[in-house]
Amino acid sequence: MNRLDKGILISVIVFLFAVSPWAVVFGQEIKIGVIGPMKFVQGQGHWNGATMAAEEINAKGGIQVGTKKMKIKLIQADSNEFLNVTDATNAMERLMTQDKVDFVVGGFRTEAVLPMQDIAMEHKKIFIGCGAAHPELCLRVAKNYNTYKYWFRGTPFNSTYLVRAAFIHVGTVAAVLKQSLNIPKIKVAVVAEKAMWADPMIPAAEGALPKMGMEIAGIWRPSPVATDVTAELSAIQRSEAHIIFTIFSSSVGIPFARQAGELKIPAIQVGINVEAQKDGFWQATQGMGNYVMSSNTYCQGVESNELTKAFVDGYVKRFGETPTYNSDTYSAIVHGLAPTIEQAGTLDSDKIVSILEGRVYKSASGTVKYMKDAEGKHLHDLTFGPGFLTGISTQWQDGKLAGVWPNKWKATPEAPEVTYKGVVPIKIPPWMIEKYKK
Amino acid sequence: MALVIDIIIGGLISGSTLALLAIGFSLIFGVARIVNIAHTAFYMLAAYCIYVATQKMGLHPVWGMLAAIVLVALLGMISYKALINPIREHEGAVLIATIALAMIFQEIMSLIFTGTYLSVPALIKGYFTLLGVKVFYQQLLTFCAALLVMAVLWVFLMRTKLGLAIRSTAQDREVANLMGINEARVAMMTMGLSVGLAAFTGAIVVPLTILEPHMWGTPLVMMMAVVVLGGLGSLKGSFIGAYILGFAEALVVFLAPMGAYLKGSVALSIMILVLLIRPEGLFGVYFEEER
Repeated sequence: MNRLDKGILISVIVFLFAVSPWAVVFGQEIKIGVIGPMKFVQGQGHWNGATMAAEEINAKGGIQVGTKKMKIKLIQADSNEFLNVTDATNAMERLMTQDKVDFVVGGFRTEAVLPMQDIAMEHKKIFIGCGAAHPELCLRVAKNYNTYKYWFRGTPFNSTYLVRAAFIHVGTVAAVLKQSLNIPKIKVAVVAEKAMWADPMIPAAEGALPKMGMEIAGIWRPSPVATDVTAELSAIQRSEAHIIFTIFSSSVGIPFARQAGELKIPAIQVGINVEAQKDGFWQATQGMGNYVMSSNTYCQGVESNELTKAFVDGYVKRFGETPTYNSDTYSAIVHGLAPTIEQAGTLDSDKIVSILEGRVYKSASGTVKYMKDAEGKHLHDLTFGPGFLTGISTQWQDGKLAGVWPNKWKATPEAPEVTYKGVVPIKIPPWMIEKYKK
Repeated sequence: MALVIDIIIGGLISGSTLALLAIGFSLIFGVARIVNIAHTAFYMLAAYCIYVATQKMGLHPVWGMLAAIVLVALLGMISYKALINPIREHEGAVLIATIALAMIFQEIMSLIFTGTYLSVPALIKGYFTLLGVKVFYQQLLTFCAALLVMAVLWVFLMRTKLGLAIRSTAQDREVANLMGINEARVAMMTMGLSVGLAAFTGAIVVPLTILEPHMWGTPLVMMMAVVVLGGLGSLKGSFIGAYILGFAEALVVFLAPMGAYLKGSVALSIMILVLLIRPEGLFGVYFEEER
């Protein structure tokens, strides 16, 4: 064998070693890609949650993979998905081909996560979504298991359950209004931003709210980035709605809450307003977002289970703000991935998938159990309901975010009551009391 | 009746904001043939200036507004001198350069303030009720300020020497030059005036909106639609075009609430329809020779 042949042989061996899974096992680090819109609060939540998880695990020496302890190395990828879906797919491609990550957590907009999901699946890498809510992301797993089995939903639960939880919150508020203001028939204005994730919620609201004994006063679809919604608010006031059922994940949640508060629209806002989940909401609305309610995941002082307090307090101490649901990258890594890798004793995606999909485990927001569809096919979607994940509802009360639900909630008439530690009663806006109190 | 009042108020407020932006944009196009895509980025910068002045430095909003207008107008003039003037004869290059300028401003603001949504307090808090419709004092202020500024601008253009120079340059740059007008200087002054108008718009609109580094995109599209509808370079056209599109937006929101997100698309469709009938816009000139 001459020198040239030897050189080629060595190069081939090095190349094969580099591309084989053994290279990872012999390495000392597990690379986790954290993908999200890093210039925005959502991406910062992804990154902060993952950072906290990595610090916690690494402080204990890492994750036990077979006989080795491997530390976590986080790779940040800015998806810029609010502005450009192509940037998101490029960022995911980079994680796969250049950074060669072992796992990915994050993602926010369904429109961006769908193509990002395709890229991760193509490379057979486990991708735990921590932001997008559309059911299609998990339906793909059932439809084409071999391709999409590497996808798991980390947070939030899918939009069908999000809307179901939101209806429960609307029903709870309606009961409070009926009782305290003697309103016989509650009228609901449905205001949903024009976005893909919100589309299925409109027919769901049209079907469910009348069945719950409420009347729909009208449906409004402002742009997700609308900055002036006074026209919509005028129309809502004219419709004499008592409840404004909001479905917002974008910036429109701020002007809507601010202008409704400034104009003292005599209706209470309930539903989903992602901006109202953040600590910065009070400043962003100049204090006019008082009494705004939103489905939520975390709130200081509210405990879904015994893991919540340590996570929330630790996060507040580390980053100076309350975690949002995007920060559940923490649970995805600490409670989802890490124990599963240890159980599998390998970083092999297929082995980890088969263990993870069968696990039932506690995370900081509740108990995670991955669902199957009616035909028993894996969905890798999150189970909603008492004993699993329920989320919470929060309300801005005089500058503080307070947990207001679940408070003596019964999923069925026979079910036991569910009350999370730290929840307080719902407050009705005083201008609404003034208008309706006889 | 309340619905009609709602539409009128919505149309007037929205139209006034668009008019202020479009007149500034038209002014610099009319005088120097500069399509300044960064026009609404200057509006965004003014909004951030007010945020810093009021929320970080604790200044009264009025001082914040004045500081924002002066600083942004100066920045506009510097940008003109450093970036636009050297390539002014190449209209395509100017267009691209101003796009780049807007992106630079956006990215700088993203770096400093991240994408977090911010806000500033209203200059006048509260609202009044007009025939059953609630109107913010800030909205009334925006409307009155828009009319006042446009009146002042009209007086400035019609009654001052600089105004005359600007109008002359707008009519014919070469002849204005031959008559002894320093056309390059007039263009720079007009740029300052134009950007100052954008800053003023940002200053009075910011309490009604939210601040984020991409807030210049949506008004840019609508402003350009107004300018094209009214006729490129025509101040009168921009004024009238702004109210036409403002009312179109209000009509969509009130008459088709399920399609409120389409208000921009409907307004742009109106623009296209008008252009099909009158390609030069409502008050534009069809051929350069008509000037």
